[in-house]
Amino acid sequence: MSDSGNALQFIGDHTGLLWHLTVKHLELTGAAMGIGLLIALPIGIWLGHLHRGSFLAISISNVGRALPSLALISFGVAVLGIGFLNAMVALVILAVPPMLTNAYVAIEGVDRDAVEAAKGMGMTGFEVLTRVELPLALPLIFAGIRIAVIFVISTATITSVAGGTSLGDVIVDQATYRLSGVVGASICVAALALLAQLLFTGLQRAITPRGLRVQSKRPVRLDTASVAPASTTTN
Amino acid sequence: MSAAVFAAAPVIPSFGRGSSCVTDNKLFCWSWVREHWGDTLSKALVQHIELTLIAVVIGFAISFALALAAYRWSRLAPPIGWVAAILYTIPSLALFQLLAAVSWLGLSRTSAEIALVSYTLFVLFGNILAGLREVPADVRDAAEGMGLTEWQSLWRVELPMALPTIFAGLRIATVTVVSLATVAVFIDNEGLGAPIFDALQTTFKTELIAAGALAVLLALVADGLLVIAQRLLTPWARSARS
Repeated sequence: MSDSGNALQFIGDHTGLLWHLTVKHLELTGAAMGIGLLIALPIGIWLGHLHRGSFLAISISNVGRALPSLALISFGVAVLGIGFLNAMVALVILAVPPMLTNAYVAIEGVDRDAVEAAKGMGMTGFEVLTRVELPLALPLIFAGIRIAVIFVISTATITSVAGGTSLGDVIVDQATYRLSGVVGASICVAALALLAQLLFTGLQRAITPRGLRVQSKRPVRLDTASVAPASTTTN
Repeated sequence: MSAAVFAAAPVIPSFGRGSSCVTDNKLFCWSWVREHWGDTLSKALVQHIELTLIAVVIGFAISFALALAAYRWSRLAPPIGWVAAILYTIPSLALFQLLAAVSWLGLSRTSAEIALVSYTLFVLFGNILAGLREVPADVRDAAEGMGLTEWQSLWRVELPMALPTIFAGLRIATVTVVSLATVAVFIDNEGLGAPIFDALQTTFKTELIAAGALAVLLALVADGLLVIAQRLLTPWARSARS
């Protein structure tokens, strides 16, 4: 990488700009995640609690995966025009499927015996949900959130071509920032994504009840029709 | 666009000759799609299929070899999995640009393919290995008891039993590559990303929608073909599924 020296120099010379864009990048990510969470979690948890709508809850992540991010952004540009709204809508659409499917699978898959026992103890449906199902399902729900965060950070970079403000602004503008800027900003985005991954992996471990931790030693297996223990979405 | 640039005149992007639908930049014009299927869209679609096939085939070959090694020597599994996960986490646009900045790679299909292949490893390696490890121990014991060598047991018993999990990974990897190959346009001007990228410059809606829709369709068709292939290769699973 002959340009890496220049790229590091670019990072050093433009810390203000890069920091500003990193903040914007995180704002875009946070806003999209917030809206996505409000849509995905209630639906996924509710369907899982009722053991209904498995086809919807599972196929939404398959369909979501088949939506190329750049294609989604281009539809957005055609319909909504270039700007913040288009970037936001694209990111929310990409963030919802993994969170919804994971929330559904997590709640739906809670050991039936545990649920029956809770009901036998006289818990209401709501109590079963909040005191049995949600705590047991939390790690998997969180895994879905982690997948979505990485996905949104990654795609926020690309929304720079359609009006989103992010570190991608530098990456897609080689005419202004030269190759050193493109590489420098790419290094920053990669670092941001890896840090987020580390942070959320750590958080996921921290919120996993001790009794469930043994399970995480199982090999990672991604299934088109079931749980997504790691990352099953496109960047 | 040059025709539209006059001093003091408002800049009106020109979408070339064509029907009033095209010149007015309406949401979607079939006439443009018909006219430019041959010179733009079909070419981009074929390139996109090539990009995807190359990446999935090479990615599968590498992942298969790594997974067999990790299955045999389980100590290898965590480090390989870690590297694959790190590669998978790097945002696509950044990885493409970082590879293109390597002097001997540059803006080329090779750079694009290296990035695409590296995105397949996490899913393919993980699923091939998990599929093999999920084979019940008594099945392996039975194969050994029948006198199969380790190698025979792997090819005739363990790999066939791992096929559903392997195919699940293959489906995810293929759809992922179809998606990411559109982003590859930033360093390799081909595939369905090319018409999308061109149309983004002028916000020409028909081309944005047509090329985007082709990318989505390609992902769905590829996924469907893999489902059919899996059914043909694992006839024994059919009765269990229903």
